[in-house]
Amino acid sequence: MLQTRLHDWHRAHGARMVDFGGWDMPVQYEAGPREEHQRVREAAGLFDIDHMGRVELSGPDAEAFLQHVQTWDVSRMAPGRAHYSLLLNESGGVVDDIFIYRREGSWLLIINAANAPKDVAWLSSHARGFSVHLRDLRDETCLVALQGPAACEVLQGLAPGSDLAGMGFHRVAEHDVARARVTLCTTGYTGEPGFELLMPAAEGVRLWEAILAAGAARRLLPCGLAARDSLRAEVCFPLYGNEMDESTDPLSAGLMHAAVRLEGHDFIGRRALAALALKPLERILVGFEMTEPGVPRHGYRIRKDGAEIGAVTTGLFSPSTGKYVGMGYVKAEHSAVGTALEIVIRDSTKGARVVQRPFYSSPNWR
Amino acid sequence: MDSKVEPGVRYSKTHEWVRVEGAEAVVGISDYAQHKLSDIVFVDLPAAGRELKAGTACMVIESVKAAEEVFAPVSGTVSARNEALVKNPEIVNTDPFGKGWLVRVKLASPVEVDALMDAAAYTSYLATLGE
Repeated sequence: MLQTRLHDWHRAHGARMVDFGGWDMPVQYEAGPREEHQRVREAAGLFDIDHMGRVELSGPDAEAFLQHVQTWDVSRMAPGRAHYSLLLNESGGVVDDIFIYRREGSWLLIINAANAPKDVAWLSSHARGFSVHLRDLRDETCLVALQGPAACEVLQGLAPGSDLAGMGFHRVAEHDVARARVTLCTTGYTGEPGFELLMPAAEGVRLWEAILAAGAARRLLPCGLAARDSLRAEVCFPLYGNEMDESTDPLSAGLMHAAVRLEGHDFIGRRALAALALKPLERILVGFEMTEPGVPRHGYRIRKDGAEIGAVTTGLFSPSTGKYVGMGYVKAEHSAVGTALEIVIRDSTKGARVVQRPFYSSPNWR
Repeated sequence: MDSKVEPGVRYSKTHEWVRVEGAEAVVGISDYAQHKLSDIVFVDLPAAGRELKAGTACMVIESVKAAEEVFAPVSGTVSARNEALVKNPEIVNTDPFGKGWLVRVKLASPVEVDALMDAAAYTSYLATLGE
């Protein structure tokens, strides 16, 4: 199995490990998912996300290339800015969801771990005719995320020469953290403020431990994939493979506003998307909460008055709201907030209703 | 990992426990089982009056990541269920041998209890699992 640079640290510190898309990853530490989740909402959590892919683009055509291969109009991004985006196939299906960071003279893409080989091949295959250089940063960097309302204060203690609170939201900049040059991104996957840190590979474990030590007094905990999933799910951040895949378009997934600009650039999948936008949607991603107790899970069927109308993409007990909630695709006519649904859980059906997303909004967000 | 093993109760190989109280028995899952499950978010308790058959699945406990079946350690009729778990299923994590009990069962065949492990045997059994 693939291992991150922090793998041995996890093993030595009581992590429970699972196979996550071929990576041997910590699903939780001794505190457990509930406590880890709560700490991120109240204080801070540190996540190993070194499994995620990262690619640097440079060269005279880097911007033109990006305009061609992804959905956001990156000409609107000044250096130092970050934005969410999608890679689409020709029919408008989602190849991956990514984060784009514009640095001085280069662009950084952070991509899903399981999709990284596919994405790199896909990007390379579309690079013909562009003077662009793609560099896989996996071997030279280590990637972690520090998230939560106390994240800035914790990291500031290790970066005395920088004003981290002044960075703002969805930015990228180089800073000295614990005497290492680190690319700090004010992005994340928890719905809390915080950082993603692209660190020199050789410094990964040292910085991980330095951050944990600096955060101990602020109740910082290392957090596993279980907490990462419940944190992202209750703020309704989509997960590739759940809320979208190559057969899902961003209209149905509700991602147009967050990730797509049809105007200003021509990109792979744009024509298909523009055509889809003229037609009524057949199915729409909705959020729902259970009106009868039960845990909805990925793949469970959704019914309306006994007839099948869709499937659950993500379901969970949401620690921050105390409710059983989920997301799923349903036929468009059953997508209005308040619509009563039935979720098939094992051999019975349990009541649910469509609710506004997200299920939870952090008071610390933005 | 050191799991707590409660004395005075009997254990199944699938990590349920039974405490006999007269003609009835209280059923729960062991500390080892709750720890393996991780944080419990839902317990799908069987209805009162339901017949349980020893060794067969009788309810589902859902943790953060998975739904796991609980096997009836003894046969009998459900006489009561721990309603506190409906609102607070995490009690199974915090007090598996006490407030986190699952159901009370009117025993159909009290001799079934003798076939279960006592605390010493269960402790040895856990050691063989290499945890």
